[in-house]
Amino acid sequence: MKWLYDFSYLTHAIHKGLSERFEPGTVVILEMVMVGVAFMLLFAVLGLVLVYAERKVSAVIQQRLGPMRVGKWGTAQTLADVVKLLLKEPLINKDADRFLFNLAPFVIMIAAFMAIAALPFAKGLHAIDFDIGILYIAAVSSLGVIGILLAGWSSNNKYSLIGAMRSGAQIISYELSVALSLLTIVVLTGSLQLSVIVESQADGWWIFKGHIPAMIAFLIFLIASTAETNRGPFDLAEAESELTAGFHTEYSGLKFAFFFLAEFANMFIVAGIGATVFLGGWMPFHIGTWEGFNAVMDFIPPIVWFFGKVGFMIFLMMWFRWTFPRLRIDQLLTLEWKYLLPINLMNIVLMAFLSLMGWHF
Amino acid sequence: MATSAIIFYTISGVMILFSLLAVTSRRILRAAIYLLFALAGTAALYFMVDYQFLAAVQLIVYAGGIVVLIIFSVLLTTHINEKLEKPTWGKVFITATLALGGLVLTLFILTNHEFVLGTKPSAEATVSVIGERLLGYQAGGYVLPFEVISILLLAAMIGAIVIAKRNATKS
Repeated sequence: MKWLYDFSYLTHAIHKGLSERFEPGTVVILEMVMVGVAFMLLFAVLGLVLVYAERKVSAVIQQRLGPMRVGKWGTAQTLADVVKLLLKEPLINKDADRFLFNLAPFVIMIAAFMAIAALPFAKGLHAIDFDIGILYIAAVSSLGVIGILLAGWSSNNKYSLIGAMRSGAQIISYELSVALSLLTIVVLTGSLQLSVIVESQADGWWIFKGHIPAMIAFLIFLIASTAETNRGPFDLAEAESELTAGFHTEYSGLKFAFFFLAEFANMFIVAGIGATVFLGGWMPFHIGTWEGFNAVMDFIPPIVWFFGKVGFMIFLMMWFRWTFPRLRIDQLLTLEWKYLLPINLMNIVLMAFLSLMGWHF
Repeated sequence: MATSAIIFYTISGVMILFSLLAVTSRRILRAAIYLLFALAGTAALYFMVDYQFLAAVQLIVYAGGIVVLIIFSVLLTTHINEKLEKPTWGKVFITATLALGGLVLTLFILTNHEFVLGTKPSAEATVSVIGERLLGYQAGGYVLPFEVISILLLAAMIGAIVIAKRNATKS
């Protein structure tokens, strides 16, 4: 069972097994295919679980029961929805740009796949450990917006176009705050590499060790990342009362499912980054030099810690969505450019000062 | 053929194909997307030679920045049914000659250049090395150009805001 605590045993065993049977070049390609299939499966499972979770969380908040009919407590409801989506007719508007219309969902999914590759799931379970980890994630997550803009434009529908413009403006604005709040913690870690960031939290998570500025950065990250994933209360891009469904109004069937899945995949990725940078990633909860307590915490496998923290972050984001009313577009842009960005910049200076004086733990 | 060679030729083939499509397409948004693929291919090549920082910068600046800017301006200004008019034969002739001339010149230099395998170990390009070089004021540091460029960018941003504000008060 030691691979459960350090996945490098498992990955090295697989690599050795493949190397004995194939050429080095074939091994590289086979391993790339395996990682790709693993992430595809992860996305499919995430879609099923998160859609069910969202419906149940919203039901609890609104004092309803949520899906209850299909399967025990409605657990098979999302599976039934998947079958329904697969059977639907894919429609394309007259005069729509067919090539771009079909391309748009894939652009969004590819951006999500590229971003998730850099997340550390557990010790040794890490597809690529870039030296530029956080910069890479910021770079590839900025590609997703292209898919949204394309979807809105190629649909040949004014609601789609307005929705896409709003979405684009929102994502481009809030990307800044997400990146800057992550940089606040990078000031403490001194490295952009995600594995190094996780290792540096062995004696306490950065949200505790960096106290006041880290907490401010965490709050900003929560707000900005909720906005970046286009979720409520920042989901005015798909406000159904004014814009029908925003940029994906004209999509149906499997292509709509891609957009839907991408939303939940992006939520998972954002929660994963937040958990890694602020809450220690797969690192168990340790308190300074309490040996006994730390040993008990180490007994829980890292992968459970990671998914637990990500689950907590996702629950927070769902809680936001079902509690706060939707913002107007001008309020949204004011919040980012007049409040979050200046606070964020001052917070980085404060963090740099703190780090210089050695006032963090 | 080695795996890296196969990957290299695939990426370069994709880049050449999409660069050609970008200049020949008559729908402007499609041209922008073909350009995006060509630029992403460049980033992929940087990733291939393990120059990750430049690859990420290529993605942020070109794919995430400039292409998004182009798409935004296309979204604001053109309609989906608009097609660019066909260029006149004279223009096609001149640009084709210039492009082919550039290609021939580059190929000529590349084939005649003697590539010597370096004996020095390849320089590390980690973030910390790049950061120390950028902000270093000793020999080999680039703090002065770095600061000058940041002041230039700041001036450009303030200028953009001033221009945008003046128009707002007029209307």
